Amino acid sequence: MTEKYKKQETRDELLSEIGDYDGLKEKIIRMYRNNRLAAFSAALIILMILLAVFAPYIAPYKEAHQDLLMRLQPPSRAHLFGTDELGRDVFSRILYGARVSLVIGIFPSMISLLIGIFFGLIAGYFGGWIDYVIMRVADVMLSFPSLLLAMALMYTLGRYANSVLCIFGALSLVGWASVSRVVRSVTLSLKETEYVDAARSIGVGRPKIMLRHILPNCIPSLIVLYTLNVPSCILSESTLSFLGIGVQPPAASWGLMVNQSKQYLFTMPWLALAPCLTIMIVVLAFNFLGDGLRDALDPYLKKG
Amino acid sequence: MKAAVKRLVSMIPVLIGVMLLTFIMLRVVPGDPVSIMLGEHYSQAKIDRLTRAMNLDKPMWEQFVSYMLGAFRGDLGVSYMMNKPVTGLIAEAFPQTFRLALMAAAIAWAVGLIAGITAAVKQNKLPDHLFMGFSLAGVSVPIFMSALFLQYFFSYRLKILPLTSDGSAASLILPAIALGWNSAGSVARMTRSSLIETLQADYIDTARAKGLLRPAVIFGHALKNALLPVVTMMALQISSLMSGAVITESVFSVPGIGRLATQAIQNRDMPLLQGTILFTTILVILGNLAADLLYSVIDPRIGDE
Repeated sequence: MTEKYKKQETRDELLSEIGDYDGLKEKIIRMYRNNRLAAFSAALIILMILLAVFAPYIAPYKEAHQDLLMRLQPPSRAHLFGTDELGRDVFSRILYGARVSLVIGIFPSMISLLIGIFFGLIAGYFGGWIDYVIMRVADVMLSFPSLLLAMALMYTLGRYANSVLCIFGALSLVGWASVSRVVRSVTLSLKETEYVDAARSIGVGRPKIMLRHILPNCIPSLIVLYTLNVPSCILSESTLSFLGIGVQPPAASWGLMVNQSKQYLFTMPWLALAPCLTIMIVVLAFNFLGDGLRDALDPYLKKG
Repeated sequence: MKAAVKRLVSMIPVLIGVMLLTFIMLRVVPGDPVSIMLGEHYSQAKIDRLTRAMNLDKPMWEQFVSYMLGAFRGDLGVSYMMNKPVTGLIAEAFPQTFRLALMAAAIAWAVGLIAGITAAVKQNKLPDHLFMGFSLAGVSVPIFMSALFLQYFFSYRLKILPLTSDGSAASLILPAIALGWNSAGSVARMTRSSLIETLQADYIDTARAKGLLRPAVIFGHALKNALLPVVTMMALQISSLMSGAVITESVFSVPGIGRLATQAIQNRDMPLLQGTILFTTILVILGNLAADLLYSVIDPRIGDE
């Protein structure tokens, strides 16, 4: 009993010496309190994800349901955003399109995050020629204009897989280089610190040092990078689909919907406007959230 | 000067890497690049002929070396779709893209600087929130959206600007706005944060203590230093301008590099795609180099190490 009490006492003492230290959670909670825009954006993103997941239950019509007698209708009560050239309900297609766009925004960013963490840790920790090679490859990747890189990958991958999988793969391979740069620079500055030395001296293995002792320090920057990478993936997907080299019909994707409705731009502008605005709102929400997170977690990352 | 040479030398591995990666991405694919290009409805004889013509029957490393040596001499192969040398097609298209990108950059600079400076000076007041909200919106609008709706309003509704490009300067205004809009957002955000940082420096306090007026302090003292990172950032924007050019050129049918790349991909014209990607990436690398050099020229504190 007394021993337990003593332990608690030393813990309190230590804590008071450190002072008010804000953990990741506290910082994020504080951001929600102070930055209404970011909080609202987060809520909007969650809503969008829910809409996408439950699209079959919410959408008034099926994704591919055609009603050729009701082609190119203006917005009405039956068709909230009107109907397209095949009589499909635009509102329903936007809900179904959210599945493609959000999946392509959220998961390839995650894969490129993992690839970037892997190479960044290895380059920073081992240094030498491994570092040189990995960082030159990252330089090469960063030299490509991202859209053209994705286009080249689409050209090659397009032969082998369905178009959604293709974009998935292409975007996973585009974003890792900037992640690995950030992780590398943190690793470089931490691998000489005392606590890493201490861990090494008691025989902690390299993988464990990298993953348990160095990586957690990258997490704030990585959260920010991730949140800002998602909208750029969504934009890339919709741009590729808009150019006709992304998602292929009959699948619904916001960019593809704009592509198909641009021929009616002058007579029925709402057809293109609805998916365009959806893309804009979702991307804006992610950007506001990323901006808020950056201010809260990582004041050193430059705005650009 | 020594630093410049060093930078130039460090560019070479990246350049070779870019060539290698484009090569790997487009050619070293399981399966036959020629049948990818031709599609399914061609005879074996035609496939064989094209294979020989494109040197695809040689071992992979030999193909790469001959492609690389060719590229250094300015020979990027022959476009399959147009049956013309790729270098010639790029040389024809590049001035269009260059003019477009230049106009877009000018718009981005003008709008971005004004917005950024205003926001920094009125930090945390209404103009700041307003401009920063707008610039984030600028970054978030898909380029094809601004392009389409600029067409809708200015060409269809108001009928004051041409719908598609006919080579005249007036017809480049809309594509340049669509393209510059995104960069304007980045310039504004960068200018704002950099100027706010500079305004906290000691020498700004000194200048104010001397009794200088606020505009004199901002434009005469602070801006000079605050714009350094913005200048370099603009050179780094070449990459996103090139990505954006692909979209704007396709919407406004500007016969530039971006449209060449889109056409190449749609027609499965591998040499043309390879050439355009290689060319734009080299532009980006040169832009980065220029940014580095420019930085040490305009900021003597960096200088030679």
